Amino acid sequence: MEVRVAHVRKEFDRFTALRDVSLDIRSGELIALLGPSGSGKTTLLRLIAGLERPTKGAIFFGDEDASLKTVQERNVGFVFQHYALFRHMTVAENIGFGLKVRRHNRPPDAEIRRRASELLDLVQLTGLEKRYPAQLSGGQRQRVALARALAIEPRVLLLDEPFGALDAQVRRELRRWLREIHDKTGHTTVFVTHDQEEALELADRVVVMSQGRIEQVGTADDVYDTPNSPFVFSFIGESSMLPVKVEKGEVWIADRAIGIAAPDTPDGEAVLYFRPHDIELLEGSGGCIAGTVAASRRVAGTRHVELEVGGDRQRVELEIPTSHPASEKTRIAFRPKKWKLFPAAG
Amino acid sequence: MAEAKPATVRQPRFRSAVTETRPARYMLMAIAFLFLGIFLVLPLVVVFIEAFQKGTGAFVDALIDPDAMAAIRLTLLVAAISVPANLVFGITAAWAIAKFEFKGKAFLITLIDLPFSVSPVISGLVYVLLFGAGSLLGPWLKAHGVEILFAVPGIVLATVFVTFPFVARELIPLMQEQGTGDEEAAISLGASGWQTFWFVTLPNIKWGLLYGVLLCNARAMGEFGAVSVVSGHIRGLTNTMPLHVEILYNEYNAVGAFAVASLLAGLALVTLVLKTLLEIRYGAEIAATRGH
Repeated sequence: MEVRVAHVRKEFDRFTALRDVSLDIRSGELIALLGPSGSGKTTLLRLIAGLERPTKGAIFFGDEDASLKTVQERNVGFVFQHYALFRHMTVAENIGFGLKVRRHNRPPDAEIRRRASELLDLVQLTGLEKRYPAQLSGGQRQRVALARALAIEPRVLLLDEPFGALDAQVRRELRRWLREIHDKTGHTTVFVTHDQEEALELADRVVVMSQGRIEQVGTADDVYDTPNSPFVFSFIGESSMLPVKVEKGEVWIADRAIGIAAPDTPDGEAVLYFRPHDIELLEGSGGCIAGTVAASRRVAGTRHVELEVGGDRQRVELEIPTSHPASEKTRIAFRPKKWKLFPAAG
Repeated sequence: MAEAKPATVRQPRFRSAVTETRPARYMLMAIAFLFLGIFLVLPLVVVFIEAFQKGTGAFVDALIDPDAMAAIRLTLLVAAISVPANLVFGITAAWAIAKFEFKGKAFLITLIDLPFSVSPVISGLVYVLLFGAGSLLGPWLKAHGVEILFAVPGIVLATVFVTFPFVARELIPLMQEQGTGDEEAAISLGASGWQTFWFVTLPNIKWGLLYGVLLCNARAMGEFGAVSVVSGHIRGLTNTMPLHVEILYNEYNAVGAFAVASLLAGLALVTLVLKTLLEIRYGAEIAATRGH
């Protein structure tokens, strides 16, 4: 099922959660909504589910306008961060709930039981039908929650920070497992996360959101290699930045050209973004960025160095392999291998 | 051989920062027990002693007296109407307050607490002013043959008024704490509003609800002040058990008064036991606030 979000705006009392958001989700895709808290990602997910109503704009399931339909009519599978399992029901009853409450073509009880144990097999919890949610671990509960959502054969599967309440190891395990389930069942799946590793590893495409807007939509490679805004550059992966000046197609710090050509950038103030590990360490002082080491700490196999650059002592962070001789020096010269220039804000 | 320490040197003993000395602790406990013993247990014992003063026969006679039976019936009837009424009202109010955001919510919560802060006599007087002969509604009601004051409807109204906070107050914090997650899960799975209520919300609140109903029932049966104002004290017709106790006592019929009173006291004891059992068994599922 394709899902199309068209110019959606959502206002709560005095707060605008989403401003003019449009997004096309392809059928069968696994897509991540990624952003810091308050970016509107959960609101967008709840709007797709029908748990909230857009202030403006519409949401389409295929060609059909779903905005006017109730949650029940939309037939979506929703998985909550804190599982929201019904605590007084057994695992099997939880999974069968969506089928039991149907008023049209409600399957007979035996069929519901059969479906529940089938789904338990799928989520690798075979034999736990009679347990109660309180008797399960966090990871198992989330698996049950997913089985419950899948039981109604949803048109779209929506997951709100599905692994947010779990510890790191279970999280990694469930991530791989979710990917497998997705590939097996082929549901169009949207999940919300603030964990970029989760989004980059799991999703076909990542939607980076900030302050109620979509900043960029693309594959994991797209958003890391060609971020289209300072926000995306600094939000995805490690990044360093330096205020610079662009003049005559060259990039300058104070009165020194740093050996980076910028032929397409208009003259004026700009900010240079690069990855702290993706640099070339140089000898000498021409055509490079040079500075004195202000602080340095070792993190596993690399040394994180804070460099003071230029007359106004702008600080910039670099990652240098501990084996490199530069990691012991007090003055370091370097040039980023890959970089991106954004016009200075304001 | 171990060296003997001089007796005067005492080992420094660790004392927890928040613990009183032993005598102080025993003193506090003794005061608490003594106070409860004199003011609660002793009167309770006296009620039963007085009730059986002239033997079991007199006790039973006092209870099967037609007026006493009428009072017991009326009390049960009033409870049978007002408890379900407050059950429905309590769930509705708690649902509205816990699950929705709306203007005037704080005001609604204050209103629910009103019967706790108003003297029951005033609660009764409100109905007298509203439905009495001198009120706006009184003559109209009289012309249409509707009796509210000094009749069963008035007693029910007064009891409902006095007891309506119990269920609502029990459920509000419980439902607020549980949030709307389970309900959202249920509707996303296709459940209708009623199905969500029956299968998800109600099971989640059942023990808190039972607790609230228990307290509500105890108060409904025992209410004196408000009922006294609106009842009119007509023997065999508008006397509830507490009112009947008062009348018998004023007539120096100690055995009769205490026999009926012992029924009320028994009810209180049963309520107390059930309440304690519920708290032990389902404490976590019953709201943490105990404002009454």
